[in-house]
Parts: sequence; C-alpha cells; structure tokens
Amino acid sequence: MAAHGIVLSASKIINRLWGRRLGNTAKVFAPTLTSQRNKTYLPPPAKYGGRHTVTLIPGDGIGPELLSHVREVFRFSCVPVDFEVVNVNSALETEDDINNAITAIRRNGVALKGNIETKHTMPSSVKSRNNLLRTSLDLYANVMHCQSLPGVQTRHKNIDIMIIRENTEGEYSSLEHESVSGVVESLKIITRSNSLRIAEYAFQLAREKGRRRVTAVHKANIMKLGDGLFLQCCREVASGYPDITFDSMIVDNTTMQLVSKPHQFDVMVMPNLYGNVVSNVCAGLVGGPGLVPGANYGRDYAVFETATRNTGKSIAGRNIANPTAMLLASCMMLDHLKLYDYATVIRNAVLTTMNETRLHTADLGGQGTTSDVVQSIMKIIQSKGQLTADF
Amino acid sequence: MQTVTLIPGDGIGPEISAAVVKIFESAKAPIRWEERNVTAIKGPGGKWMIPPDAKESMDRSKIGLKGPLKTPIAAGHPSMNLLLRKTFDLYANVRPCVSIEGYKTPYTDVDLVTIRENTEGEYSGIEHVIVDGVVQSIKLITENASRRIAEYAFEYARNNQRSSVTAVHKANIMRMSDGLFLRKCREVAENYKDIKFTEMYLDTVCLNMVQDPTQFDVLVMPNLYGDILSDLCAGLIGGLGVTPSGNIGANGVAIFESVHGTAPDIAGLDLANPTALLLSAVMMLRHMGLHEYASRIQTACFDTIRDKKVLTKDLGGNSKCSEFTSEICHRVQDLA
Repeated sequence: MAAHGIVLSASKIINRLWGRRLGNTAKVFAPTLTSQRNKTYLPPPAKYGGRHTVTLIPGDGIGPELLSHVREVFRFSCVPVDFEVVNVNSALETEDDINNAITAIRRNGVALKGNIETKHTMPSSVKSRNNLLRTSLDLYANVMHCQSLPGVQTRHKNIDIMIIRENTEGEYSSLEHESVSGVVESLKIITRSNSLRIAEYAFQLAREKGRRRVTAVHKANIMKLGDGLFLQCCREVASGYPDITFDSMIVDNTTMQLVSKPHQFDVMVMPNLYGNVVSNVCAGLVGGPGLVPGANYGRDYAVFETATRNTGKSIAGRNIANPTAMLLASCMMLDHLKLYDYATVIRNAVLTTMNETRLHTADLGGQGTTSDVVQSIMKIIQSKGQLTADF
Repeated sequence: MQTVTLIPGDGIGPEISAAVVKIFESAKAPIRWEERNVTAIKGPGGKWMIPPDAKESMDRSKIGLKGPLKTPIAAGHPSMNLLLRKTFDLYANVRPCVSIEGYKTPYTDVDLVTIRENTEGEYSGIEHVIVDGVVQSIKLITENASRRIAEYAFEYARNNQRSSVTAVHKANIMRMSDGLFLRKCREVAENYKDIKFTEMYLDTVCLNMVQDPTQFDVLVMPNLYGDILSDLCAGLIGGLGVTPSGNIGANGVAIFESVHGTAPDIAGLDLANPTALLLSAVMMLRHMGLHEYASRIQTACFDTIRDKKVLTKDLGGNSKCSEFTSEICHRVQDLA
C-alpha cells in the first residue's frame, strides 16, 4: 500500500512539472492507478469519524423536495455523509448567496444541487446562478451517461451514450453588450486550452470505460474559426489515443441521427450549447428528465445534479416528481467519495424499483407518488440486510 | 404562366431538379423555369457574391426553387446558402414537418412548423482570433429582425389556421440577446390575441420534442436553435430526404429548397430521391396561390410512397429515381 502511495505522488509531481505533455507517460509509472477513478485529483478525505461533509444546494422548484428525499435515504442507509445546506435565493439581485455556496463547495470539495431558477423579471445584468457556480469553480466537464432502462417504455431501446460537454465557455460565456440601441452582441468564446482539456477528458474517460468511439459534435461549416478550433483540438488529442476511433458530426445532423438511429453513438464530446441540446435529446430518448443523473467535474471540485437541470416549477410541491435522477446523482457522488458499497446498494435499490417492481411516477406514465417510490427504495435497501436506521 | 428561377445545385441537384420539372410538366402546371447557376464569384472589391445573371432572374421572377449546394467545412468561400439568404434578405426559414403516411418512423402524428430567423444570430459569420488560441464568435440579435420574424410567425399561424406559437430561446443564459428576442415576440403576440403564445427553453423543447412531438404547433426562434430544431423535427418525420423548406424574403421574394446535402456518392447514378425538392415545389405552388396543382402533385407523391411499390433506396425500396418520378407523373395525370 505504501508503494502505491509513493507511485501516486510521483505521478502527481511529474504531472505538475511537465504538465500535459508527459501526462500519458506518467501513467507508465503507475500501472495500478487506472484500476480506480483516476482523474488527476482525489476526493476530499473523510474527516474525523470517517464522515464526509457535502454541500447541499436545494435550489428552486422540485430541488428541495428531491434533495430531502436523498437525505432521507442516506439517513436510512447510515451513509457517512453530512450535508451542509446552503440556500440560494433566486429572487435577490446580489450575488452574496451564490458566493456563499461557492465558498462552501470550495471548503467541502463536493456538492449536490438542485437547479436555481433564473427569473425573467430580473434585469439582464443578473447572471444565471448555476452558470456562475460552474465557471467560478471551473467545473469544466459535464458528464452524462444515458442508458435505456429495461423498465421504462421508450421508442428506442438499448441506448448507451456518454455525453461530455464543455461546461465553462462557448456560448455560455455571459459576455453580452448592447453596442447600439436595438442591437445586441453575445460573444461565444472558444479557447484552445479549454478545448484540449475537454477533449483530453473525453478520451481518458472513454479509455477508462472501455468505449470504442468518440464523436465530436460541432458546427464548423458555419463557425469556421470557433468550432474549427474545437475540432482541431479534438483531432490533436485523438492522435494520442490510437485505440479509440475518432469522428466528427455537425450538430444538426447529430440531432437528426439521434432521433432515427441513436445506436451509432458511443461517446460524444462537444462545446457548451450543443451539449445542452444533445444531452436533452438523449435524456428524452431514454425516458425523460426524471431518470438521468449528471455530474460536473473540475480539477478540484465536483458537483452532482440531475442531467437536464430542470427546475420543475409546475410539478413542485405536489409529490409527483421522479426522484430517480437525483438519487442516481447522489450515488455518483458517493462513488466520487469512494463510498462504493453504499453507492451500489442505493443504486441497485433505485434500479430494482424502476425495472422490476415497476413503480413509476407520473412522468413515466405511472401512478406512484414520489414518497411511494422512495419508500419502495428504502424497503429494498432494508431487505438486503444492510445496516439501516429506524423507518 | 409564371416564371420561376430554378437553381439545380450540385451533386444530385441536377437530377432531382429534372425530376421535378418532369412532374410539373405532367401536371401541366403553368410554370416556366429559368435555370441559373449560383457558384460564388468574387465581385469588385473582393467580396464574394452570386453571379449577376442569377440575381437578375430572381429579382424579376421573385420565386425560386433550389437544389442542394456544396458548403466546405472550416475553410474556403462563405456558405452559398448563406450568401443567397443575405442577397435577397430571406429572413424567414419555414419548415413544416408532417408525418408521412407510408414512411414509418418511431414518431407518428407529427404536425408542426419551425420558423427560424434566417439572417442574423449565431450565423452572422463574424469571428475573430483575439490572441493565439482564443477565438470569439459574435452572435448578433437585433430588434428589427426579431420583430420581423415574430410578425411573420404569427401571420403564418393565422393564415394557415394554426392555434399556437411557441418562442424558443435560452434567455436564462443569454440574458440580453435572447431576452431581446423574447421581448419582441411578446410585443408582437399582443397584436395576435387569437393565437396562443408560449415561451419555452431550447433544452426543454428538445427534451419534450423527442418524447411527445404532438404538443408543438408553430415554433419561432433565432438562427442556431432553428437550425438544430428544424433538423431534429426533420429527423422525426424521416429525414432531410422528405422534408420541404421555404425561405421567405422581404420584398415578396421566396426561395423554396430541398435541405438535404449534395450526396456526391450517389450523384449521377439515378438513385436520388426527389421527394424533398418536390414537396418544396408544392410549398412554392401554395405560396403562389396555385392550390389545385399543389394538392394534385402532393397527393400523387404521397400515394406513391404509401403504396410502397416504387420507392427509391432511402425510402426502403430499390427503384431508380427515374422510375419513382415516372410513377408520380402517371398518378398526377390520372388525378387530373
């Protein structure tokens, strides 16, 4: 174990000294590292008593109720995670709330969040809080794994697509100005370093998961310089991974192919806005926003949420929201904290309820309430013989 | 007799244009075709432009039918399609997506129209390299263009008996630009109280579109979202090979086009599917008020597809383009 630790720190030193150029070479020095979730950072270590602290941002709409169910399930399963709750009021114009949240995440390293609403009535100088969070913490990779679930009725079956979306720049740079009255310019920024970074992330993840193909999604026929740069960076990174096939596709063709022949896609990497579109299309293909979890990874921090980031205002407070996505996101968080056993137990219980018991909420055409589904999940956890708190 | 400027285009363009001309002849439609080429040429001052004889023809006839044009990726002259749009100020791209009976897709009962702002937005083509490794693309949203497209959308909805218009945007992220677009849509909606107006985020539209496309009617949106969504909707009904499209301009000018690619791999082999260009030509006839001819040709085309006896390869058969065309010609004559 000690040798493992020395090799680990040696590769970290090499990475810091020589940067990306020797990134792949460093792996040669540490052959055992690839067996675990190696992404050039480690999750924050557990504090005294082996308990982790995770920042919890309830957000608006269905966020608070779904996250309270997550806490309920965690408490029931005796998961050694304490939540530090930070509320962000979307009705305020000041950025104090979101700055507190960001500080809390810097402190804890990991967060679980609901979506914070961006109210239309606010002046346009008030930026999206979610976007602020992502850019301040430099959570550059948004990862979403869309898998068809056997218990969910969809038009297309057996979909298995991983989507990696650049999360900090592109169209979401929030740089806008009104140069002349009635004419607004919005800047889309593409940089070489961020494009290389996200491409590197995508290929590393593909290799780690044993995936065969990475597809870059772009619109370089129209945005020749911007998306042209992104594509070029992807090609450069691809040349360092000869075992993985690389191809590219224009975004409008991609959406068309997704609704007719989704099985051709394996791993997809793309800039911010196209990522938004493609991830929502894929989420819709596998059953809707209530099913897919999403993760935002940065070099030092990780924030977990539902993949499609919906506030769900119209269904808030009615006990009909689907808790699956948020619960699966919390399992991803547990994996990130290396609490694999707890993650597996909860994930299996959620998937059993979805696929075998077939207890579905309204968005999947079922009659179950959110509490019904959560109770069923907790029953399954209890039946597996794990240590549980009282009901 | 009305004159229409015909732009065959590249790749399979010439053969599908010939097919449409043949079908129109069989229908005895009162159309005189003027064929023109629009390969980009460098005008005085170094600016790319379309050949002057093509422009002159379009200015005279006001109606055009266009096949697919080549666009190089990440280099070369600007997109020809973009250039045409700029030259004639074709500000509205209209794509009605209706499920075709007989061409089965996982989605049935699709009946929506995407109306896309065609001149500005993300496709303004303004890009700069700020420093080495940092590129900036400018998305331009103006009050006039937004108002104009919103007005067109509501007019279209009213003229075609559609009940609702949905504005698609991302004003939570692009507060000022999409915010302006949305404000203009709201203002125009005030004058069309008979039509229901809703607004929805782009990602929510995508999410709902692939689950239940029947909830959408007319969608109006800026350029990039329109591009993506209109292709998404085309995918729902069977792809670009069967989707019509029309570009409406400011001075009564309209160019109807097939939106698929040039398919260089099958060019000249008599394998192409002329349905998209044909349906666009039908849209053109409707725009010109020649509804009787439009219905006849459309019925002939849909009947042929529904019968499944003579279909091109992309529709699931193995007939040639000429055979498919002849079949439609016969049906059109029978329907007369």
